Amino acid sequence: MKDVMEKETAKIIESEKNKTVVAEKISGAEAVVKCLLAEGVDLVFGFPGGAIMPVYDALYNYQDNLKHILVRHEQGAVHAAEGYARATGKVGVCIATSGPGATNLVTGIADAFIDSTPVVCITGQVASPLLGTDAFQETDVIGIVTPVTKWDIQITDANEIPEAFAKAFYIAKSGRPGPVVIDITKDAQFQQMEFKYEVCTKIRSYFPKPKIDLAKIEEAAELINKSQKPFLIFGQGVILGQAENELKSFLEKSGIPSAWTLLGLSALPNNHPQNFGMLGMHGNLAPNKLTNECDVLIAVGMRFDDRVTGDVKRYAKQAKIIHIELDAAEINKIIKADVEIHADAKEALFLLTNLIKPKTYSDWINQFKELQKIEYDKIIKHDLYPNEIGLKMSEVVRIVSEKINGDAIVVSDVGQHQMVVARYFNHKNTRSSITSGGLGTMGFCLPAAIGAKLGMPDKQVIAIIGDGGFQMTIQELGTILQTNVAVKVIILNNEFLGMVRQWQQMFFDKRYSQTEMINPDFIKIASGYGLEAQRVTKREELDSAIDKLLNAEAGYVLEVRVEKEDNVFPMIPTGASVSDIRLE
Amino acid sequence: MKEQFTISIFTENKVGLLHRVTIIFTRRHINIESITASESEVKGIYRYTIVVFETRESVEKLVKQIEKQVDVFRAFYHTTDEIIHQEIALYKIATSSVQNGLGLEKIIRDHHARILSLGQDYIVIEKTGHKEDTKELFDSLRPFNVLEFVRSGRVAMMKEIDNFSDTLHELEKSYQ
Ligand SMILES: Cc1ncc(C[n+]2csc(CCOP(=O)(O)OP(=O)(O)O)c2C)c(N)n1
Repeated sequence: MKDVMEKETAKIIESEKNKTVVAEKISGAEAVVKCLLAEGVDLVFGFPGGAIMPVYDALYNYQDNLKHILVRHEQGAVHAAEGYARATGKVGVCIATSGPGATNLVTGIADAFIDSTPVVCITGQVASPLLGTDAFQETDVIGIVTPVTKWDIQITDANEIPEAFAKAFYIAKSGRPGPVVIDITKDAQFQQMEFKYEVCTKIRSYFPKPKIDLAKIEEAAELINKSQKPFLIFGQGVILGQAENELKSFLEKSGIPSAWTLLGLSALPNNHPQNFGMLGMHGNLAPNKLTNECDVLIAVGMRFDDRVTGDVKRYAKQAKIIHIELDAAEINKIIKADVEIHADAKEALFLLTNLIKPKTYSDWINQFKELQKIEYDKIIKHDLYPNEIGLKMSEVVRIVSEKINGDAIVVSDVGQHQMVVARYFNHKNTRSSITSGGLGTMGFCLPAAIGAKLGMPDKQVIAIIGDGGFQMTIQELGTILQTNVAVKVIILNNEFLGMVRQWQQMFFDKRYSQTEMINPDFIKIASGYGLEAQRVTKREELDSAIDKLLNAEAGYVLEVRVEKEDNVFPMIPTGASVSDIRLE
Repeated sequence: MKEQFTISIFTENKVGLLHRVTIIFTRRHINIESITASESEVKGIYRYTIVVFETRESVEKLVKQIEKQVDVFRAFYHTTDEIIHQEIALYKIATSSVQNGLGLEKIIRDHHARILSLGQDYIVIEKTGHKEDTKELFDSLRPFNVLEFVRSGRVAMMKEIDNFSDTLHELEKSYQ
C-alpha cells in the first residue's frame, strides 16, 4: 500500500516537473532561434553587432542544430540567403544588427523583392524606450525597407515573436514569394516569455492562391487551338510554381515553340527542341523577332519587364495575349492581356494541356530555325569558336558548359558576362541558373554562389563574375576561407566595366568615361584568402585550367583575361522594338 | 483623362501599414488629395478613404498594388458619382465680430451649419458637406474674419448595397 502511494507521489512530482518544463520561460532571443528551428531552418547567414547580441548569444547554444555562416558584409549575408533560396526552393535567412548592419541589407532585400526570392531578414533594433531618440545605431529600418519588402514587422514585446516568425515564413514563401524583415528591439530579445509555436497556414487578409476561372482556361484553349503561329514565353513563375513538368507537357502536346526570360532560364532544358532561347535585350534573334509575328502569345509566370519587351508600343501588337500569372497586379500592368488567367502556373498549364489539340507548326517552327541559323552564322559561331588571338567570354562559357554537361548550378553577376553566361551555358536541371535579374545588382554573384553551394553541397557551383562586380563583394572570399565553401570562381577580366563601356561605344561616341579599371592582382588576393588560384591569358591554357578548377576539392579562383573591348550581340537598344534587334 | 477617384481600402490595424499604402502613391508620383482612416463596421478592420485625381487606368493599377499588400483585405475605386461622400469643416470666428449685426444666425441656418462651441472669445461653427459647400460657407463667413479654418479628408460610402462582411465572404470563396 505504502509502495503504491509512493509511486503515485512520484508520478505526481514527475508530472509537475514536466509541467514546469512546458511552462519554462525563455528569452526572446532564444525564442528567435527556436522559431527558426521550428521552421526547419538549419542554416543562417549573418554578422553580429550590439543590438542583435542576445540572439547571437542564444545561437551559441544551438550550434549543432543551426549553423551560422559568418559573412564579411551584411550585403553578403542577404545575397547568400538569396542564393540559398534560389538553389533550394527553401526560405533563406539572414541576421544583422541595427543601424548600419540593417542598412547594409537594403540592396539585397530590394534584389530579393524584384526577383521574388523568399528571404527572412532578422535585424536587431535599439531597446524600445530608445526608439525615435536617435540612439546609437538606431535607424528606422522598417521605414527604409517597406518599399522593398513583401511584409515587415517591428517587435517590441517578446511574446509577439512566435506569431511574427510563423507569419514571416508563410508570407515569404507563399503566393509570389518575397523578402520579409523582422526588426526586434534589444529589450524584447532579453525579455522572458513562454514559448509556443504554431506554424502559420492562413492570414485572413492575404490570398496567395487564386481559384482558377475555368472559363478563362477554355477561352485560352480555344484561341490556341485556332492559332496558326502561337508562341509561349515563360519566366521564373514556372520555377517558383514548380511547373516545369507541366510546361514541358504543354509544349510537347501543343507543339508550340517557346522562349524564356533571364529568370525563366533552366525551367526547360536548353536542348529541348521547342526551346528557342532567350527573350529581350541580349536575347536570341528568333524569339525577339517572332514575338512581333506570332498570332497568339502565351506568357507564363513572367511580368513583361522592359528588358524583355523593348518598346511596349511596338510589342506583339498583332497577337492575342494570354497571360498566366499568380500576381494579379502584374496582369495588365505593362501589356494588356486578351485572356487574363490569374492562377498558379502549374495548375493553369495542367488544365490548359487537357484542352488543347496536338498540332505541328512546321512552317512556323521553320521560321524560328531560319533565324536561329542566321544568328548562328553571324554571331554564335564566332562567339563560341573565335579565331582572333584574344580570348572571348563566350568561349570560356562554352568550354565550362561542355565539361559540366548541364549538371551544375551557375551563378553570374551583372554585365556583359551575365548575358554571355545566359546565352551560352546549357542547362539541364531546373534552378541551375542564379542571377540578379530585376535589380541587376553587381556584387550579387559571389555571396549568392556561397549560399547556393551551402544549400546544395553535392552540386558543383560555378560563379562567373566580371572584374568589376567581383570587387563589389570580394571580401566574401573570407567567408569561403572561414566556412570552407567549395565555390568555383571564374573571373572574366576585361579590365573594363564592360557593359557600360559597350553602351559608351555604341551610344556615347566611345567616350569611355570612368569605365576602365586598374585592377589588383586577383591571384594574390585569392591566395591571401588561402584559395588556390590561376590566371589564364592564352587559349592553349584554357582547357586544362578549367579542368583544374572543376576538379578542385575546395574553393578555387580562375581568372581569365579576355578581350578588353568586346561587345555582346544581338542587342535591342533601349527604346527600340523587339523586331529591331541588331546583330551588330 | 484624369478625373477624381475615391479609393476605399479595408485593412488590418497594423503599425506602419498606412506608410506601406501611401508609398504606393508617392512611388508613382501621384499626389494624395485627401486621406482619412478609421475603424469600419467590422471590429478590427480599418478603412482608409483616399482621394486622387488620376486616370482610370492608373487608378486601376494602383488599387491592384494596394490589394497586393498582405495586410490589406480589399481596395475599391469609384468615381465621384458612384459614392455618397462628406467632409467636415470647422470655422473659428471671434465672438466680438458677431456684434456688428451681420446676421450670423441666418448664414448658419442657410448653410445647414451649426454652432459647435460658443465662448466669450470665439465661436466654433461646424458644417458637413461637399467641399464646395464648406467652401461656400467659408466665403460667407469672410466678413466675420475667420480666425481658423480646418476641413477633414473625405469620408465616402459606395452607392451599392454590399457591406464589407459580404465582400469578405465572397473574397474567401474566390481563393483556395
Ligand atoms: C551595384 C551596381 N552598380 C552599377 C551598375 C551598372 N552596371 C551594370 S553592368 C556594369 C559593368 C559591369 O562590369 P564588370 O563587372 O566588369 O562585368 P562585364 O560587363 O565587364 O562583364 C555596371 C557598372 C550595376 N548594375 N550595379
